[in-house]
Amino acid sequence: MTDLLLRAIFTDNLALAYFLGMCTFLAISRRLETAFGLGLAMIVVETVTVPVNNLLFAGMLGPGALAWLGLGEVDLSFLVLIASIGVIAATVQILEMVLDRYFPRLYRSLGIYLPLITVNCAILGASLFMVERHYAFYESAIYGFGSGVGWALAICALAALRERVDESRVPKALRGLGLAFILTGFMSMGFAVFGGLKFG
Amino acid sequence: MNDRTRTLIDPIFVANPVTLQVLGICSALAVTTSLATSLVMSAALIFVLTLASSIISLIRNHIPRSIRLIVQITIIASLVIVVDQVLQAYLFAMSKLLSVFVGLIVTNCIVLGRAEGFAMHNPPGASLLDAIGNGLGYALILVVIGTVRELLGAGTLMGVTVLPTTAQGGWFTPWGLMALPPSAFFLLGLLVWAVRAIRPEQAEPLAEQFDGEAPR
Repeated sequence: MTDLLLRAIFTDNLALAYFLGMCTFLAISRRLETAFGLGLAMIVVETVTVPVNNLLFAGMLGPGALAWLGLGEVDLSFLVLIASIGVIAATVQILEMVLDRYFPRLYRSLGIYLPLITVNCAILGASLFMVERHYAFYESAIYGFGSGVGWALAICALAALRERVDESRVPKALRGLGLAFILTGFMSMGFAVFGGLKFG
Repeated sequence: MNDRTRTLIDPIFVANPVTLQVLGICSALAVTTSLATSLVMSAALIFVLTLASSIISLIRNHIPRSIRLIVQITIIASLVIVVDQVLQAYLFAMSKLLSVFVGLIVTNCIVLGRAEGFAMHNPPGASLLDAIGNGLGYALILVVIGTVRELLGAGTLMGVTVLPTTAQGGWFTPWGLMALPPSAFFLLGLLVWAVRAIRPEQAEPLAEQFDGEAPR
């Protein structure tokens, strides 16, 4: 279990090893504060949507999942894409309402990032990886949380780096995006090294 | 150049969706370990993009504004499912290599961006050209990075040996880094640098004038 968690955070980092959520990752990483807010929203949404999609896949879409209806032959797994997107959009919407009602302060700080997250491919990617790797329910919860934390960690680290680099003299054409890519490349190398960690 | 040609050619070289607008880079980085995967991914994206743009443009006057995103995503997702199933049926090994990234075309910002930004306001013909242009712009970047990574990482192109590696008795020592994720970041970074050095007007302004994010 610790193994799965650490792998989701470090070696299988969604942003740095699988390039997921890159559009937002590069666009929102200019300031540490905004990056932190987005990272937090990401952790919450990942932790909720991956297990929910796991239940949906196990109970309705997977091969033989409809056996309780007497339809054991039916395999709806091709619908997983459209179903996951629906679940994600709905979860984000509900989360938004719940936060607004019960945690107004948290809502004010996370609110603007939540809609942005619906179309973030790291969220959909985590759900698709969960299906592809056949995670059980408790594994999917750990994986969802871990991959959220990993993504948040990566974007905060990049934002902190970019804040510093913005003030230094770099070639004009390299400024901004080009340099962000190269910095991310170095971070990606760093995170890959965690592959040597062994637990239990 | 007339308007039609501009719609088609501009996104390939001048306003490339990947290097200028930073859209759709997730897959551009992930599938470029070899030239073959890059080509299949490009073909899949061009297929989804052109059909999605044309369909959305055809029915653009019948989509209520408030639910347009859901309608667009549903159309895109249906097309992606078709591509995914076809790949699994006829190119199973390739679909295993591409893993979840074909499915992730659903959230590829290029597709939704062109649907929302162009196809919703333009007739089908222009939307089709715009989609093909953007698709080719994306394909161009993928092919460039895929070629470099496969050639330097394994000494092959499309699986055919170009630089005989030392393991096969040749002279070329494969550059292992090129097969790993970081190299994709480096190459795309260098590519963006090159594009912006050739076209200085695309370079980003100094830090002080950056976007609308509030200063801390």
